[in-house]
Amino acid sequence: MNITFWLNGKKKQAEVEPSELLLDFLRKNSCYSVKRGCETANCGLCTVLMDGRPVLSCSMLAARADGKKIVTLEGMQDEAKEFGAFMANEGSEQCGFCNPGFIMNVFAMLQELEDPTEDEIREYLSGNLCRCSGFVGQTRSILKFLDYKKRQEEGK
Amino acid sequence: MKYVNMPVPKTDAMSLVTGKPVYTDDLAPSDCLIVKLLRSPHANAWVEEIKTDAAKKIEGIECVLTYEDVSHKRFTLAGQTAPEISPWDRYIIDKHVRFVGDTVAIVAGETEEAVDKALKRIKVKYRVEDAVLDIHTAKDNPILVHPEEDWYMPIPAGGDNRRNLCSSNVEEVGDVDAMLEKCAYTVDQVYHTKANQQTMMETFRTYCYMDHFQRLTVVSSTQIPFHVRRIVGNALNIPSSKVRVIKPRIGGGFGAKQTSVSEVYPALVTWVTGKPSKIVFSRKESMIASSPRHEMEVHIRMGADENGIVKAIDLYTLSNTGAYGEHGPTTVGLSGHKSIALYRHTEAYRFAYDVVYTNMQAAGAYRGYGATQGIFAVESAADELAHKMGMDPVKFRELNMPMEGEALPGYPDVPINGSCTMDKCLARAKEMIGWDEKYPFRDMGNGKVRGVGIAMAMQGSSIAGLDVGGADIKLNEDGSYTLALGCSDMGTGCDTILAQMAADCLDTDMKNIVVFSVDTDISPYDSGSYASSTTYATGNAVMQACAELRKRIHSFGAQMLEVSVEESDFDGTAVRTEDGKEVTLRQIALKATAGICSELQVVKEYSSPISPPPFMVGAAEVEIDKETGQIDVIDYVGVIDCGTPINPNLARVQAEGGIGQGIGMVLYEDVQYTEKGKIRNNSFMQYKIPNRMDIPSVRIEFESSYEKTGPFGAKSIGELVIDTPCPAIANAVYNATGVRVRELPITPEKVAMGILAKEAGEKV
Amino acid sequence: MLKIKNYVKAESLAQAYELNQKKNAIVLGGMVWLKMGNRNIVTAIDLSGLGLDSITETDEEFVIGCMTSLHAIETHKALNEYTGGAVRESVRHIVGVQFRNCATVGGSIFGRFGFSDVLTMFLAMDTWVELYDRGRIPLTEFVLMEKDNDILVNVIVKKTPLNTVYLSQRNNSTDFPVLTCAVSLIDGEARTVIGARPGKAIVVEDKEGILKGFSEKDPREKKEAAASFAAYAAEQVVTDKNMRASKEYRTLLVKILTRRAWEEIGGRES
Repeated sequence: MNITFWLNGKKKQAEVEPSELLLDFLRKNSCYSVKRGCETANCGLCTVLMDGRPVLSCSMLAARADGKKIVTLEGMQDEAKEFGAFMANEGSEQCGFCNPGFIMNVFAMLQELEDPTEDEIREYLSGNLCRCSGFVGQTRSILKFLDYKKRQEEGK
Repeated sequence: MKYVNMPVPKTDAMSLVTGKPVYTDDLAPSDCLIVKLLRSPHANAWVEEIKTDAAKKIEGIECVLTYEDVSHKRFTLAGQTAPEISPWDRYIIDKHVRFVGDTVAIVAGETEEAVDKALKRIKVKYRVEDAVLDIHTAKDNPILVHPEEDWYMPIPAGGDNRRNLCSSNVEEVGDVDAMLEKCAYTVDQVYHTKANQQTMMETFRTYCYMDHFQRLTVVSSTQIPFHVRRIVGNALNIPSSKVRVIKPRIGGGFGAKQTSVSEVYPALVTWVTGKPSKIVFSRKESMIASSPRHEMEVHIRMGADENGIVKAIDLYTLSNTGAYGEHGPTTVGLSGHKSIALYRHTEAYRFAYDVVYTNMQAAGAYRGYGATQGIFAVESAADELAHKMGMDPVKFRELNMPMEGEALPGYPDVPINGSCTMDKCLARAKEMIGWDEKYPFRDMGNGKVRGVGIAMAMQGSSIAGLDVGGADIKLNEDGSYTLALGCSDMGTGCDTILAQMAADCLDTDMKNIVVFSVDTDISPYDSGSYASSTTYATGNAVMQACAELRKRIHSFGAQMLEVSVEESDFDGTAVRTEDGKEVTLRQIALKATAGICSELQVVKEYSSPISPPPFMVGAAEVEIDKETGQIDVIDYVGVIDCGTPINPNLARVQAEGGIGQGIGMVLYEDVQYTEKGKIRNNSFMQYKIPNRMDIPSVRIEFESSYEKTGPFGAKSIGELVIDTPCPAIANAVYNATGVRVRELPITPEKVAMGILAKEAGEKV
Repeated sequence: MLKIKNYVKAESLAQAYELNQKKNAIVLGGMVWLKMGNRNIVTAIDLSGLGLDSITETDEEFVIGCMTSLHAIETHKALNEYTGGAVRESVRHIVGVQFRNCATVGGSIFGRFGFSDVLTMFLAMDTWVELYDRGRIPLTEFVLMEKDNDILVNVIVKKTPLNTVYLSQRNNSTDFPVLTCAVSLIDGEARTVIGARPGKAIVVEDKEGILKGFSEKDPREKKEAAASFAAYAAEQVVTDKNMRASKEYRTLLVKILTRRAWEEIGGRES
């Protein structure tokens, strides 16, 4: 079946199979940042934004992308570099395999929550597993990034 | 600028955080055949008949391989220096399947759909036999996991396949029974740790292709490229010179990828068909047919004199290697060697073990590698002993802990404890957790209690006298350096920290160093990234190679200036004389590529005769709901002596990550089986690892000793950091509730039921 | 792997209902559960184009479209004000935000899963389900029905005066629950729901009237009633073991969580 959708800001048309999952479809379309860490919707590695909301692309039929705006980390490279530098400064990116899904959900969190507390951060991102970092370094990265953004806002 | 001991960001960080396609499956050619495995539904069975015709007829199917199509020379998948101390007990596919998930057939085809269809069309007739599913009855059980005649151990390690024994041994110093008899206080308990999955986020995966020399290229997510080259050669029964292994970025390993779990299957397919192929393990496959932690049951008798000095330890470990023996004989050793030594006054000890085969998933290497299991037992027993004599557990450890310049009983890999700040680690951990105010527990007045617990740990730094680190440094014509490595950065950042060392050795900017790893055709030999060896062993190789190269550059520059080495100086940027003549590194580099018969390239291999242990103290504060038994780890502190932390940030994150894994192990991670030997929790939905709500606070500090034999004074850190959470949290739970849980995981149920039993007991 | 032969984005409920009468047809929810199976589906019916993904509030009720995500009920201000945050509490442990953005209320309720936090929570309110064919029926009735080919269109929560508490016990913060417990006073009438027994959530009938007139009791009586009903519930509720806990521990939890929930209600009432 044919779908029309926006991938990282560009309107596209594509032929998809009824069983095709968005995750596989996106990788086929060169969005290699989208990773699969499990088959049971539990790891968060495949997180992408659909109409601005974070969803698990492993549990989403590609057909359901019809008419939707899909954003992957490929479409947020500048933001990824900006936030990613804070991860790199803590060493919390580690193996990196969970990074794209995690960072996409961080961006979603920043859209949804205003000035989140540490507890709110942990809860919002609890669906993003990471086995390397033990999470606390990632939290430090986020807090420092939020602080930086706040100071940037204040400077304006 | 100096880089060592600085928090330098990882050199590959920006590629990772921007999601660049740098992992195995991102790089695999799109025309790879898809490889999948038909797996046994039975724990112990024989393939009597296997019909593959219908499967082969499906459009797009390239081949279906069964036990008839593989080499019948046994090998091991263990990533260890050869000859391996693991039994050669495998074929790629055997007629005899030994656990639920064992390989029955390999299917390769053009599409996943075709392969899935083909898997369903294979008809297998099994002769199902009873299975060995309990470690306690495995030894000398009439059912044999490996009845075969060609079972073989390259290095005898007390194994006997006719007794379901993968390995066994007894080490004894002094008369432990007599010494225990004399002790004023003794404990005699059994501690049981379960199989845990490493659950690195990137599952096992490999792709293969034939190159223009008709050699097999294996691109794989592995910690052990050089061992994989040998293992694939053994498995396919071809010279390993026909195999080349490349390791791209890998998405975590933690020891799982120290076993060649996925490589042999596409390797065989590509070798047979000549076509590129790839296998990507599903999470389920990674859960049921991989290389998890050995389940161990540790029986300890530990005795102390009236002053609280530990005099004797009798430790027996029963380890479950599962259906195959990878890392079986070696992991068990650490359960004693890394735990008894924590008590420096121990005069008599016995360390005995049996490693048994069962029809369960084969175990492998998981961070800590047996030490984690042994330390859980010894550090739990130590608290039990301290409580028996009414002594504060911290005080008890102060009396007994390892000290610099003193003995490490039962630890054979250093003559004496050469670098150790355990005393400072203990003092600092005690202070950070607020021990004096909080021990043993505080009643929060809302049905909840908060308890604190503490534990010590040690590990090693590389395998003494065996494993090898390699470094190859060369000066390029533009004055930059290339540092080629054979160790595997699995996200930990070894490519970065080794470049930090090289930059300091060569007095150059890190930007001036290109790191290359790993391609077995190009990289210097390296045993691989395991056994806490990279910083220490490969680091030493890097230092030696850089020192030698530095000398050569200096000498080469001096020649260009027509002065002697003594009359000149090399500061990393130029060779200069006192009277102002100079030749820059760039000039030297360029000159070295023209009309010369010497090379500004040095390869060094380093193997250490000793394995200096890093030390740490972990302290936990837990909050427990006295009714439901709910356990929240509200704070965890780790104070670590890893010698000089080459990169404090990366060392810290290593520690935080290891502690996180340890928290999972102690609280809920538990590979569970049905009565038929099938794994019940084979997904992230059923096998839960900690998420960030479960680990709110981990605080790390370093109390660095200086290890003279280590690069820049460094020891290892990677494995050590998983060793304290199990005992520290078990001890905290006891201190909070009086309930001693000796079998992991410590679930809310065990705590709640323990509290009830205790109350009932007290009332009687 | 999940195999779907035909995917149909329904243009009307009538069309969806008709398609759903065929063999091997299925109505898609959020797919987080569905796609884990190895099902061969001939017709997958997607209701996501029918505007059923939001919560409509009237003076009398909340009408929650079947395609409304769990994250939407988690963050819905009025619904959480009405339930004192219990709705949020009931879903916030479910895996993660992305998961809850996919998983739907309709899927959770229609599935009638044993582990369901959502089912437990909604059973503790004056909840009705609107089925395409059968029309509106109380959730307490729906939960006992066999799965059929009807379509769950809306979940309706009547704004009957409510005081409710949601509690659960888990081995790990985002794991399936070991036990769920929701209690409420619905227009003064006590209701206790226990789920993840591990069987499907049930309403614990107060046959002895222990909680009768709960609001009118004094604080001490409330405390006693809570304890006494908790003990009664522990006797009545059938529990079992699974990978996460034993039968005995679950029964212990029935008692603890029920008592705590009623104590909480009692504390609020006085």
